[in-house]
Amino acid sequence: MSADIAVLGAGMHPWGKWGRSFVEYGRAAARTALADAGLEWADVQSIVGADTVRSGYPGYVAGATFARALGWQGARVTSVYAACASGAQAIGAARAQILAGLADVVLVVGADAAPKGFFAPTGGDRPDDPDWLRFRVLGATNPAYFALYARRRMAVYGDTPEDFAQVKVKNAAAGALNPLARYRKPVTAEEVAQSAVVADPLRLLDICATSDGGAALVLSSMDFARSRGVGDPVRIRAVSTVTPTYPRTVLDLPDIATDSVTAVPPAPGSFRASIARAAYEEAGLGPEDLSLAEVYDLSTALELEWYEDIGLCAGGEGAKLVREGATALGGRVPVNASGGLASFGEAVPAQAIAQVCELTWQLRGAAGDRQVPGARAGITANQGLFGHGSAVVAVR
Amino acid sequence: MGRTRTPVVSGWFTEDGPEGGGFRLLGTRCSACTAVFFPREDAYCRNPRCPGGGLLAEVPLSPRGRVWSYTDGRYRPPAPYASDPDAPWEPYTLVAVELEAEGMVVLGQTAPGVTVAELAVGMEVEVVGGVLNEDADTGTVWTTWQFRPTGGAA
Ligand SMILES: [Zn+2]
Repeated sequence: MSADIAVLGAGMHPWGKWGRSFVEYGRAAARTALADAGLEWADVQSIVGADTVRSGYPGYVAGATFARALGWQGARVTSVYAACASGAQAIGAARAQILAGLADVVLVVGADAAPKGFFAPTGGDRPDDPDWLRFRVLGATNPAYFALYARRRMAVYGDTPEDFAQVKVKNAAAGALNPLARYRKPVTAEEVAQSAVVADPLRLLDICATSDGGAALVLSSMDFARSRGVGDPVRIRAVSTVTPTYPRTVLDLPDIATDSVTAVPPAPGSFRASIARAAYEEAGLGPEDLSLAEVYDLSTALELEWYEDIGLCAGGEGAKLVREGATALGGRVPVNASGGLASFGEAVPAQAIAQVCELTWQLRGAAGDRQVPGARAGITANQGLFGHGSAVVAVR
Repeated sequence: MGRTRTPVVSGWFTEDGPEGGGFRLLGTRCSACTAVFFPREDAYCRNPRCPGGGLLAEVPLSPRGRVWSYTDGRYRPPAPYASDPDAPWEPYTLVAVELEAEGMVVLGQTAPGVTVAELAVGMEVEVVGGVLNEDADTGTVWTTWQFRPTGGAA
């Protein structure tokens, strides 16, 4: 039995700092995706919302919030939260409903209205919450963790700040070609080097901003797609939403310490590598089959880690890949042809959905000036804090 | 008003460790599977292969370790990190330290004055007590753990 589902429609609200409600962005993205699919909202049997924790109660019940904004029509509703991996969980929930025969057409929506500056924990005195504790006790912001990984790469692999800057240069060049991106200006290595240090060794232009944005997908069974005359749709072949295995040996947000390896030896490979591995196994393909990848470049240095974790190269060779231009548009396997978080800024619950929107347009050959020629297969990869894996394989 | 020294989180460290050992981080160890936890787990063991039935007993962590990585905070972090918004921001240094005996990496700030320029991956550091912030209104001095180089070879 084929476990494929069809992507009938993809839509996004442009990323930026628009100062409006996340509901507006999500509704706009949903309507764009529905129009792209040639379907009416009334045709949708189920809606899955990726939650946001920054907009009060409506954000915690995003599925219903978007359904209400689109106009109640009785669809089954689901709302999910998994931090940065929320979008992949929403796609995973939609896929499970389709493959189980509970729904033929499912609308997946995620949107956020982000505050300026560092992400901060929710208020109050909450010493039982690791996310509260890391700020209270250490002042450990998200960029602090990204910087720890970057410094570690410099010490272990010999990466340099110039290597990290090349990732920004590459992604900014791609983002300049994407009308949905927030930052659409090419960036030079000199500009990265001249930007302020935020958390040594990372500079402002090494670290992704926080943005407003919304993304949506209309997903269906393969039978439904055929009945609509769509014989060769983009297909989602795998959705990986794995958790880590004990003991975790990489210090991860928002943790203050890793697990101890005294009782149980750690499994080989990182948690991030296991996210992609599960997706490849489910899809029955490997990194050598990829035309492109969209990975979560929260920082420039982290994008290099993803190259290794999704199997584009061996451990420690990520910087070599970007130096050779292998992951740039026109390279062997472009990574973040959309421009990535470097060009978008992070709109948490929308981001993993936006990654799949980009794969969809690329696999359709409809990505305009940033088109990867002849794209046949792509992977998205991402990780949500508190142990959420997120990867989607799409093929044509 | 008298000033009282209060740990920023209770039970995570002690000023007098075993055998006159001074300041030590405190974790817990499962008696059934030997897994060590920091921050401490008191309610349950998180090792999925633990046979169960063990007790989680308090255990001091190694006083020394080696730098896994480090960074600093050039901009003021948001609340609940305590800082005086009217005072100029003084960057602090964060260091992730690998404790060999426990097989784990623990994050902490460095002792005052230890900047990233004085650190290197692999360098030996030791844990010491320090002050996170002082609350002028209540007279509370919030204490915490910090790391500083031992001067040993990297
Ligand atoms: Zn145990």
